[in-house]
Amino acid sequence: MLSITVDAAAVPPAVLAGMPRLRWGWAGAGLLALAASCGVGVLVGPVHIGVGTVVQTLVGGAVDPGQANILWSLRFPRVVLGVLVGGTLAIAGAAYQGVFRNPLADPYLLGAAAGANLGATLAIALAPGTSVLGVNVVPLAAFVGAGAAVSGAYALGRSVTGLRSATGLILAGVAIAAFFNSIQSYVQQTQTSSIRQVYSWILGRLVTAGWDDVLLILPYVLLSVVAIYLHRRLLDALTLGEDEVTSLGIPVRRVRLIVVVAATLGTAAVVAVGGTIAFVGIIVPHTIRLLVGRSYRVVIPLSVLFGAAFLVLADAAARTVVAPAELPIGVITAFLGAPFFIAVMRSTRAAAL
Amino acid sequence: MSDIVLAGVSVAYDGEPVVRDLDLTVASGEWLALIGPNGAGKTTILRAIARLVSFRGEIRIGGRAVTELSSRDVARKVAVLVQEPQMPAGMTVAQYVLLGRAPHLGYLGKESSRDRRIVRDVVRRLALEELASRPLDRLSGGERQRAAIARALAQQAPVLLIDEPTSSLDVGRQQSVLELIDQLRKEQELTVIAAMHELTLAGQYADRLALLVGGRLAAIGSAAEVLTEPAIAEHYRAQVKVIQMNGSGTAVVPVRN
Repeated sequence: MLSITVDAAAVPPAVLAGMPRLRWGWAGAGLLALAASCGVGVLVGPVHIGVGTVVQTLVGGAVDPGQANILWSLRFPRVVLGVLVGGTLAIAGAAYQGVFRNPLADPYLLGAAAGANLGATLAIALAPGTSVLGVNVVPLAAFVGAGAAVSGAYALGRSVTGLRSATGLILAGVAIAAFFNSIQSYVQQTQTSSIRQVYSWILGRLVTAGWDDVLLILPYVLLSVVAIYLHRRLLDALTLGEDEVTSLGIPVRRVRLIVVVAATLGTAAVVAVGGTIAFVGIIVPHTIRLLVGRSYRVVIPLSVLFGAAFLVLADAAARTVVAPAELPIGVITAFLGAPFFIAVMRSTRAAAL
Repeated sequence: MSDIVLAGVSVAYDGEPVVRDLDLTVASGEWLALIGPNGAGKTTILRAIARLVSFRGEIRIGGRAVTELSSRDVARKVAVLVQEPQMPAGMTVAQYVLLGRAPHLGYLGKESSRDRRIVRDVVRRLALEELASRPLDRLSGGERQRAAIARALAQQAPVLLIDEPTSSLDVGRQQSVLELIDQLRKEQELTVIAAMHELTLAGQYADRLALLVGGRLAAIGSAAEVLTEPAIAEHYRAQVKVIQMNGSGTAVVPVRN
């Protein structure tokens, strides 16, 4: 048996340089960014509410009931939902990129958004105003659609390439998304009475978000984020070649399946309340890779913090750019994200595909 | 003990036989070189021993059938150095070597300070300390090969399987990599099975050579026994001159008529 002897006296206590670890400074910066963006998100709005009032409201002090009501029923849930949606989209993007070894992977690439949109469109067009056990059927239908799209892509990719190739899976996702989108467009065009509602849904609507939306997605989001976080070391290992990971005794298929399911669960949940908010899963993890490092031990936790901060800020921008009207938040993220996507694509060329 | 026994091993890819009914025994601490023309099944044999491909027959390591072991147990016994290790851009040498500890961790486990100490010692042993925080994509060919060896060593497996350790290295680096592997083998009592293209080097470093042709064992033995002009002419379709050099092995020199 191989043994490497350690002579304690001869070895200086210093840690070997280059080991992967999340530095406190970056974790602190992430928390600070999140806190600052939440502050902005709470303060920005058509009715001016000062910092003092917000603090008073939070600690239960005496404030104007009208302002307190705005904060509790509009701004707080909206910011909390932005945190959940942004953090989940960013971590899901990082997770998909790790599993597929593809820097362009995004929660939308697997067809999750297309599936969610189709589910929502069908619900809005065919069964408007329906609810099941008191829950609006639209988010539920979106959830079912996203799950169906991703399982379809997974099954198709697996049957074609046996999961050996990450590219096969992604192409399958793109094909499924195109197919779902075509059905969605057809339904949308034939049901003209509900076009406006479908549009506002697809473009993202944190506008009407309330605590019930927060409670609806919280369990899924927590499950998804915790599962992906626990796999961060294994995601690093997946960057090796297939034979190399397998020869390290890592059950590659199981890791991929669990991470994909977790990321899809989170994506479907946040798409169900947030609508199509694309590119967060590309922008945030890649910015962290550029600034901090590529290890998933760093990328995964920081993606949650900075993704949440990014989306809350984007939402604040969506509310102010064309005030008193609001832009759909997906417009802001796509405006920033598409050029970023192209930059990532150019810098990585087709090597990773 | 880490002796390896292959009994009646056959491997097929999509019904196409690549290794046929192979019997092979490698003693604990031995260096066996697998030689043979392209497509002879050298890589496939290594993959079968590491259980990266399914096979018929039986492979035993230290007396235990690999098919009875969990993949983590196999990884604790067998480290694999593939021909062209994938070196993720941006990953540091230390992070890369740390991945070698995976077989010793639980599914969602985290490396302990002991794991990190082992990595530090391996990195020191391979003189990679200066490069520990350098990204893999900024290493030279020889440095990459040393990093790959370090990752395999961090696995602390008694068996080391190597696929073409010297491909794409210049002659000086070929020698230094093979010297390093030989030193490590003696220090750590490793059993080494290496697929090797360079016949002269194979003869110089390995204890025995196994000549494979079309997935079958054509010859096995010392360099002097296996590296003969008729055998190489027949199996490689190459014109060579075999020279016995006093005390420094058998040289195989291509000749042009």
